[in-house]
Amino acid sequence: MNLEKVVFGFFIVLAATMNFGFFIGDIDNPVHHHVFELFVTIVVNLIATVLKFGDRTQIGAIHLATSLVADLQLIAAAIYWAYSVHVSGVGMTPGVTASVVSLAAGAMLANVVSVVILIAETVMMRR
Amino acid sequence: MDSVIFLMLRRMRAPLIVLIAIYAISMLGLALIPGVDANGRPAPPMSFFHAFYFVSYTATTIGFGEIPSAFSDAQRMWTVLCIYLTVVGWTYSIVTLLGLLQDKGFQAAFAKIRFARSVRRLGEPFYLICGCGETGTLIGSALDRIGTRFVVLELSEHRVQELDLLEWRADAPALAGDAREPELLKLAGLLHPKCRGVLAVTSNEEANLAVAIAVRLLRPNVPVLARARSDSVSANMASFGTDHIINPFRRFADQLALAVRAPDVFRLEQLLTGIPDEPAPEPHRPPRGDWIVCGYGRFGHAIVAALDSEAQPVTLITPEPLTLPDRRCITGVGTEAEPLVAAGVRTAVGIVAGTDNDVNNLSIAVTARELNPSIFVVMRQNHASNSALFDAFVGDFALVPSRLIAQECIATLTTPLLSEFLGRVRLQENHWAAEVIAQLESVCPGQVPDIRGITLNISEARAAYLHLMADAPLVLADAMRDNTDRDIRLPLVPLMLRRDQSVILMPPAHTLLKAGDALLIAGPRTALTRLKLSLQNANAFDYVLHGRSAPGGWIWRARAARKARPR
Repeated sequence: MNLEKVVFGFFIVLAATMNFGFFIGDIDNPVHHHVFELFVTIVVNLIATVLKFGDRTQIGAIHLATSLVADLQLIAAAIYWAYSVHVSGVGMTPGVTASVVSLAAGAMLANVVSVVILIAETVMMRR
Repeated sequence: MDSVIFLMLRRMRAPLIVLIAIYAISMLGLALIPGVDANGRPAPPMSFFHAFYFVSYTATTIGFGEIPSAFSDAQRMWTVLCIYLTVVGWTYSIVTLLGLLQDKGFQAAFAKIRFARSVRRLGEPFYLICGCGETGTLIGSALDRIGTRFVVLELSEHRVQELDLLEWRADAPALAGDAREPELLKLAGLLHPKCRGVLAVTSNEEANLAVAIAVRLLRPNVPVLARARSDSVSANMASFGTDHIINPFRRFADQLALAVRAPDVFRLEQLLTGIPDEPAPEPHRPPRGDWIVCGYGRFGHAIVAALDSEAQPVTLITPEPLTLPDRRCITGVGTEAEPLVAAGVRTAVGIVAGTDNDVNNLSIAVTARELNPSIFVVMRQNHASNSALFDAFVGDFALVPSRLIAQECIATLTTPLLSEFLGRVRLQENHWAAEVIAQLESVCPGQVPDIRGITLNISEARAAYLHLMADAPLVLADAMRDNTDRDIRLPLVPLMLRRDQSVILMPPAHTLLKAGDALLIAGPRTALTRLKLSLQNANAFDYVLHGRSAPGGWIWRARAARKARPR
C-alpha cells in the first residue's frame, strides 16, 4: 500500500461522489441542489487537478485533461449561480437551477471518466 | 519546453494544494458564520460569492475592508485566522517558485530550451561548431567577420559564459554540453535544413570522432570537418568518409617540407588560407642543410618524416636515450647548451623546438640562437595564450595548432574551390607561385586577400547566366569591370576556372566564359562584392557590358523597347 495512491484515489473518487451528490434531484428545483455541495465539489476537484500535475505518461495526460474539463464546467456553474443571484438579481429560478445543474452534470461525466481511468490503471498494474 | 512545465507543475503541487485548502477553509468559515445588520440584529452569513471576493482581496494583502457590510465579531475573529493562514499559504508558494527558478537543473533545462528555439529560428545557413576553445573561437570570429552564422556546442559551462562577452556581430546560440551526445547535436541544429556543415574541433579527438560518426549517420550529406591528433583516429575518421580531417602536426610538417622545397609555393598557400583582412604572413624561407629536432613525440615524428622526404639530414635530441638506425640521437634536454652543441648546433641550418611545453620550446630557441645567431628557428606553440612570449622572441616559423586548424577550416568551408586550387598549386614550380604572389600583392598590398568562388548559374550570377544562356559572349575582362565606372578594372585576381571536369589555373583576361563555369577569385572584399553585384543584377551587368544605364521599372522598360523597335 502506498499513501500517495490512497490520497490520489481518495480525491478522485470524492470529486466524483460530491459531484453526484450535487447533481442528484429534480433538475429545476433549487431546494435539491445545495450551494455548499457545489463549493465542496469545486474545492475537491481543484485539489484532484493539482494532484495530477507533473505526470508525463499518456494516462497521466488524460487524467489531467478530464480534471481540467470538470473544473471548467464547475467553475462555469458557480459563476453563473453567483451572477444570477448577485448581479442580475433574478435569483434561483427553475431555469437558472437547470442550467447550473446541467453544467455540473457535464463535470460529473468528466469525473466518471477520471474514475474509469483510475480503475483501468489499477487493473493494468495488477499488483 | 514540456520538460520545464512538467518540472514546474510537479514542484508546485504541494504549495498549490495548500493554497486551495486555505482558500476553501476560509471561504467555508465565512459562508457559515452569521453576520450582523446595521441595527445590530443577526443577519444571514455571506454568500460564497462574497466570501470568495473577500478572501481574494484579503489573501493577496490588498485589504479593501469589510465589504459588503460591516462584520459581526464572530466574522472578525474568523477573518483574523484567515489573514494569517492565507499569508502563510502565499509565502510558501512564492518561496517554492523562487527556489525552483534558482534551481540549477531548472536553469539548465531552460537554457536548453532557449538554445533549441534560437537554433530552430535560424533562417540563414549556419555551421555547427563543436568545441569552442581556442580553435573554435578563432573559427567563430572568422565566420562572424564574413557574416556567416554559426551555433556553438561547448563542454565547459564557464567557456560558454565567456562567449557572451566576445564582441561578435551576430548572436551565436551556444550551449554547454557534451557534443558526443547525438541528442544535443540534434538540438544544435544538425537536422536543421540550413545546416551547412559541422566542425568537430574539440580538444578531445575521441569526441571529434564521435561527432563525425554521429553526423555521418544522422545527416549523411552534411560535410564534417574533424580535428585529429593521432594517425589511428585520422584513419578511423577517414574510414567512414569524414570530409576533411585536420591533423595540425601533420599539416605543419607538410608545410615545413613544402617551405624547404618551394618557399614561394608555401607562401602562396599561406596567403590564400590566411584569415581575410589580417596582415599578410611573413615570408619564410627555411634553409637546406643539417636540421636539429628537439622532442620526438607525435609532432617530432611528423616533422622528421617531412624533413626526410626532402632529404634533409636530421639530428634528434630526446630526453630518453633512443637508438634509431641511420639517425644521430643525442640524449638530453635541448634547453641546455651541452646537448645542443653535441648535436652540432653551430653548423646546423635549422632547429625545431617541438616539445609539448611552451617554456621549454622558448628556452631551446633562445639557447640555440645564442650559440648560432644565424640558425633558422621553428617553434611549436602549444597555447595561443602564450602568444606574447612567442611574439617577443622573433622566431622564424611558429606552429600554433589552434590557428592552423582555424585557417584550414575557414578556407575549406567558405570556398570549396580553394582546396582544389591549393592541391594543384602544390604541384607547381616556385617561380609560378612567385608571379601569383606578385599579382595578389598588387591588389591587396600587405593583407590577406578575400577569396570567393562564384559559379555562373541562376542563383549566384543571375544576370550573367541569362546573358550566357542567350548565346551572347562574355569575356572575363568585361565581367571584371567596376560597376560604378566601367573604365576601371576591379582589383581582382582570377585564380582558377573550372568548366565541367577541366580546370584552368590563372585564366587569362580574354577567356570566354560559359554558363556553369566556376570561378575562384581573390581580391579585396569590396571589389568581390561589386563583382558579385554585376553578375547578379541585370542593370549593373548591362552597364558593365555596354556602358548604358538601363531603365529599371517596367513602364520605362516598355517605353525603351518601343523606342528601339524600328518603325
